[in-house]
Amino acid sequence: MKKMKKNLLAIATLFCIIIFNSCTNELNTSPSGDSQNAEALFANPASYKQFLAKLYAGLSTSGQQGPSGNPDISGIDEGFSQYIRGFWNAQELTTDEAIIAWNDATIKDFHGQVWTPSDGFLAATFSRLAFQVTNCNEYLRQTTDEKLSSRGVSSALLSEIKTYRAEARFLRALSYWHIIDLFGGGSLETENSLITYHLPEYATRAQIFAFVELELNAMDADLKAPNTNEQYRVDKAAGWMLKAKLLMNAKVYVGTDRYADAYTAINKVITQSTYSICPTYKNLFLADNNNNGAQNEIIFAVAFDGLRTQTYGGTTYLVHAPVGGNMPASQFGINGGWGGIRTTSSFVSKFSGMTGDLRGNFYTSGQNLTINDVATFTDGYAISKFKNVKVNGMQGSDTAGNFADTDFPMFRLGDAYLMYVECFLRGAGGSSTTALGYVNALRVRAYGNSTGNISSLPSGTTGLQFVLDERGRELHWEGHRRTDLIRFGQFTGSDYIWPWKGNVPAGTSTPSYRDLFPIPARAIAANQNLQQNPEY
Amino acid sequence: MKSILKKLLLLTLFLPIAALSQDALTGNVLDGNNSKPLPGVNVNIKNSSGGVSTDFDGSFKITNIRMGDIVVFSYIGYKTEIITYSGQKNVKIYLDDEQNSLKEVVIQVGYGSVKKKDATGSVTTLTAKDFNKGPVVSVDQMIQGKIAGVQITSNGGSPGDGATIRIRQGSSLNASNDPLYVIDGVPVDPGIEGGKNPLTTINQNDIESVTILKDASATAIYGSKASNGVVIITTKKGKSGDLQIGYNGNFSVSTIAKTVDNLSSDQFRTYVNANGNVAQKALIGNSNTDWQKEIYRIAKGTDHNITLSGGSEILVYRASVGFTDMSGLLQKDNFNRTTLGVNLIGKFFDNHLKIELNNKTAVIKNDYSNQGAIGGAVGYDPTQSIYNPDGSFRQWNYSTAPLAAANPLSLINQKTNLGNSTRSIGNIQTEYKLHFFPDLKIVANLGYDYQSGRSFGNTSKDFYIIGEQGNSYLNTEEKKNILMDLFVGYKKDLKIIKGSVEFTGGYTYQNFDRKFLKSSTVFSTGVTTNESTTREIVNLQSVFGRAIFNIADKYILTATIRRDGTSRFAPEFRWSNFPSVALAWKIKDESFVKNITSISNLKLRLGWGITGQQNIGTTYPSLPLYLNSTTTAQYPFGSTYYTTVRPQSYNSKLKWEQTETRNVGLDFGFFNNRVNGSIDLYEKRTTDLISYIPNPAFFGFSNYDNYNIGSLKNQGVEISAEIVPVKTNDLTWSIGGNITLQNSKITELIPGASNIGFPTGDGINGGIGNQVLQNQVGYAPNSFYVFEQAYNANGQPISGVFIDRNGNGIIDDGDKYFFRKPSADIFYGFFSNLSYKNWDASMSWRGSWNNYIYNNVDSNLGWQGQVLVRNTDLANGVTNLLETNFTTASAERYLSDYYVQKASFIRLDNVTIGYNFKKLFDNKVNAKLSLSGQNLLVITPYKGIDPEISNGIDKNIYPRPRMFTIGLNVNF
Repeated sequence: MKKMKKNLLAIATLFCIIIFNSCTNELNTSPSGDSQNAEALFANPASYKQFLAKLYAGLSTSGQQGPSGNPDISGIDEGFSQYIRGFWNAQELTTDEAIIAWNDATIKDFHGQVWTPSDGFLAATFSRLAFQVTNCNEYLRQTTDEKLSSRGVSSALLSEIKTYRAEARFLRALSYWHIIDLFGGGSLETENSLITYHLPEYATRAQIFAFVELELNAMDADLKAPNTNEQYRVDKAAGWMLKAKLLMNAKVYVGTDRYADAYTAINKVITQSTYSICPTYKNLFLADNNNNGAQNEIIFAVAFDGLRTQTYGGTTYLVHAPVGGNMPASQFGINGGWGGIRTTSSFVSKFSGMTGDLRGNFYTSGQNLTINDVATFTDGYAISKFKNVKVNGMQGSDTAGNFADTDFPMFRLGDAYLMYVECFLRGAGGSSTTALGYVNALRVRAYGNSTGNISSLPSGTTGLQFVLDERGRELHWEGHRRTDLIRFGQFTGSDYIWPWKGNVPAGTSTPSYRDLFPIPARAIAANQNLQQNPEY
Repeated sequence: MKSILKKLLLLTLFLPIAALSQDALTGNVLDGNNSKPLPGVNVNIKNSSGGVSTDFDGSFKITNIRMGDIVVFSYIGYKTEIITYSGQKNVKIYLDDEQNSLKEVVIQVGYGSVKKKDATGSVTTLTAKDFNKGPVVSVDQMIQGKIAGVQITSNGGSPGDGATIRIRQGSSLNASNDPLYVIDGVPVDPGIEGGKNPLTTINQNDIESVTILKDASATAIYGSKASNGVVIITTKKGKSGDLQIGYNGNFSVSTIAKTVDNLSSDQFRTYVNANGNVAQKALIGNSNTDWQKEIYRIAKGTDHNITLSGGSEILVYRASVGFTDMSGLLQKDNFNRTTLGVNLIGKFFDNHLKIELNNKTAVIKNDYSNQGAIGGAVGYDPTQSIYNPDGSFRQWNYSTAPLAAANPLSLINQKTNLGNSTRSIGNIQTEYKLHFFPDLKIVANLGYDYQSGRSFGNTSKDFYIIGEQGNSYLNTEEKKNILMDLFVGYKKDLKIIKGSVEFTGGYTYQNFDRKFLKSSTVFSTGVTTNESTTREIVNLQSVFGRAIFNIADKYILTATIRRDGTSRFAPEFRWSNFPSVALAWKIKDESFVKNITSISNLKLRLGWGITGQQNIGTTYPSLPLYLNSTTTAQYPFGSTYYTTVRPQSYNSKLKWEQTETRNVGLDFGFFNNRVNGSIDLYEKRTTDLISYIPNPAFFGFSNYDNYNIGSLKNQGVEISAEIVPVKTNDLTWSIGGNITLQNSKITELIPGASNIGFPTGDGINGGIGNQVLQNQVGYAPNSFYVFEQAYNANGQPISGVFIDRNGNGIIDDGDKYFFRKPSADIFYGFFSNLSYKNWDASMSWRGSWNNYIYNNVDSNLGWQGQVLVRNTDLANGVTNLLETNFTTASAERYLSDYYVQKASFIRLDNVTIGYNFKKLFDNKVNAKLSLSGQNLLVITPYKGIDPEISNGIDKNIYPRPRMFTIGLNVNF
């Protein structure tokens, strides 16, 4: 009896151990459906391009489910975390070009220049920029020669992936440039950084600047020649453009005048590519700006599509938010306006005496020039620039009128022309005739004839003020204004005052430390290595 | 054997059989203490198979009885009574409490049960007599307010709405704070697409008892998922004896208790004329429509249940079928449920083998109506008519006013939202006592929980927004969960310790397999977008053991250990141990107390234990994965659109969150238990909180991820007591109640950064991205973090003016401060039962003190911009607008402490009066008729419609109805 008990016990124990071992393996579960692990993903050669598409889409969509859902960035309404929307708000709402009526959290702090380190929008933008860097790093990690050969990637794909990698480096450099411009410092993480949890070291503005410049030089060979890549993918010209932008602002970023180097880069953009000025200014901002002629001018466009690339940020935001008052939404190709963004009288005055300049685009009916109440849409002239209609007036692809097809021109030749002019005026190189020719090429397009042409470029401070104003007229609402004003010393301080600057109706001087945004408090909380910008 | 066959036949065909009796004995069994009828008493003839049990009325009828037969009356917790049949026709039997003190209530403790008097943990069991009466459809409504330390807040007033249940406060910040539910031994999963409250799956009439395990010494045997307490639901079982048929039904009528105070059409006209511009004044209509009155109705509900039970000594059965149809106050809102419950218990081989089969199936059909109309009705212009002259719904012009709200009645009538769900929970439990070693039993429990559901709806082709016409959506979900418990139990009386030892040990396996698909179809383009399609599996496995040492029946020590593994974490962090120890000292049985007759019970309990938490929203938080984009989030290269893949954020070092609980409790009873109750003190400290916090920038694939960071401390005192002031043969009156004092504090978030806080909770209505709740060290979780409103000399809040608390000259984020919290400092329930002869009456009250609510209805709808929002359309505001005259649109106004309002309350939950009709139709039928009212009265300083909102943000909840019910209970 006792023996039997023992045997039974032994058998039972053995049975339990066998069951237990086979069952504990079931604790290793993995999903199927829309998500998969790296092994399963990269077994498919098409995955490398899909992953590259995500790096580009990081500028366009806000998550994996358009227009919202499965967000890339948490802790804020998804529409606000979209790259272009966050970047645009920081670059435009803070300036004379734009002011917003809404009550969303601290959104009005942008124009008043009273933002604080705890600002949720800045936190989301900082996160978005860092998110791009992190994803680009992962792309570079997953496409090393060792990884690719271990997965048996074909040689044809291998050489293609070489270009993809250069594009990933370009996109990383782009976001690092935005970090330099908006926040100054950050952390310099690359594909060689630790992949386990760690607190990245702080990198100064100068360190990141040096990294971006090195990268731009290094990736150049692997980027495709100008005008030879697929639409929406970058080529060498985009790399030169980014380099020129970085170097033109070197004085602000690192205290060194690099206009001459910037000149070299921008001159290459203009002379070594076949990009050309689109004959009609307004076409640059329409639903079909991917094929209405604008595509010939746009060096780097961020794509949007009303059906397939949906977001509440990007151009959907730039089309909807400036429509309000009695503006007819249907003329903008949308189902209704969001009644938010207008402009200040200071910016309107940049066009005074230039009635033939079609770049003004002001919508004045029912709108007051003076802004008594920031929250009232009809206070301040509206601007009708971005539209979700095609050249023929037809609405974009989303028949419901929610999401725009319009691509966002990140870099375009018109900008390059004025960069050339500025470099010339700063004595960095180039010829007066060429510079004048570029100004007038844009003026002819703006006026539809030569009546707006200038006979000679003004020089000295007048010349610089001219080019700043001309940049405003040509490039307003395209995400350049804050950087431009800072480069010309007019963003903070008292040299240039516009309504509601400093959060008072008439505008007032603001302290110069606001030329940089603060490193978000949440980012510092998560990583004490980060250093706050002075005076925040 | 013939008898079994007969019963089986019966079971299958549900046919009553005639009693083939020569002689019969009838009678009543009553409680020896208070002469109340005792239902469920087993009445058996010694050495004979058949037996019966008493019905709710305490009466029984036993047939086939012969002179000299010995009749045994047995009931758990009572002394067994024996009579010899000598031709009596009608007998009255009084059963005395065992030991004339504590009833021997048996409570479920997980993988076994213990007698209540021997329990060492903080455990409360409620049975039928304790449950809330009335037209409840789920178990949470039955126990609301009845247990100290347990706070239950329904999510709204729609029939079948879920509830938020917190046992001893939430011990997590971001992980689930829901308790674990175990139904007849099957731990069950929360709900499903197309369903509502997952607990509605169990027909409330089938529930025998609900046991709440509160402290870790009781819950640690469940290890994982037990940090927030365990709710053990046990369903009714059959009893051997003749077929018993019961019917239980009710009819209820719901009325609306309170609606939001919005502007009447006259107030609205006056306001717009005084403040609006020319264009806005021109928009005022000629109608007087009370939109809230239009969308609500008097709602009716019915509930019918039929139960069949009976059996022999070898096999007992119980089967029930239930039909519920309840309408909500909101037009179209309807909850329709069919439930089926079957329980079979077979005992074989001289009771050595016991096999129990359970199945509970529910088919639920919901018409959710359109709850958007609730807020819509408050904010819709009251001067507009419902219909246009042509009979269509009157709407604002969409082309000029696309942001205007839709007509609330069109939302209800032109947008359907339906849900169907099926759930089946079942298990087979085999318990075998070894023939050669009967002290040892082996138990195998195999169970499943299957759910499938779909929610779907569409927009009418007549809807005024062209882009939405005919659009539809369909979400489907399927969950297959399986369970296997294998354990052994050993129990032995040991003379050496004058008591006993008991060991339980085993292994448990659970697999949660979930598939879901979300899709929407745009009618105009015919394009169907699949938003997500995924299959996810969570696997949990554990080994556990428990030892109980009972020394001299005075000192009882319980020790448990559980080792849990979860698929959510990486292999090296997957397993964790959860131990507990508890000691009970039955002071009453000490010689120095034993003779004090006024003390009938005195027991001290001490407990300590650690439980774990891994139930965070995501299934694969530790795995590096890539997620595809949907067809609406593609990116083009050239003219080809590519589905993108995104690396998902993950933390491969994620590990168990652990909660350490200490508990001291005292159970007492005086004067023959006429005064009895218990007091518990607890402290829960949670460490390694799984917190969803910001990633360091440039690391991780999103800006947030899950980390084991932070600590939380919860403390509380729980007192519950019952007093029986009057107890005579005809009249019994009892009063009971419970009160809980609690507090909770975050003790650490990020090491070394004590002043860092994170916004948390839902975004509020109004603006975008505004949050009023914050988690910060030193404060309760989810505290309000707001601006301090400035007031003028008359005490009026000044529009847009706030106190510059940090004195930097501007109002910025640094001026926010912590002001109150949604959780109550004290909550309580009290109830009284009165029975007099055939009558009985009961009432229950419930309340809380020092809980606060952010009145988002007033903050969102109580300012000028709400009414005069555009020149193209108008919207209604709340009357609070006339008090504040707020005009500013600033974000700070939303975040003003003015809107954080005290929401202490006392609610008269239930009043019931019942009458027992005894011995109807020749003594064959018993019936009880009852009338009850729910939610009859609320006393509160809170200005919104209801002070009970679990997350502290009042976003215009579905009003909880005031209900009146007539119920009938018949047994034959």
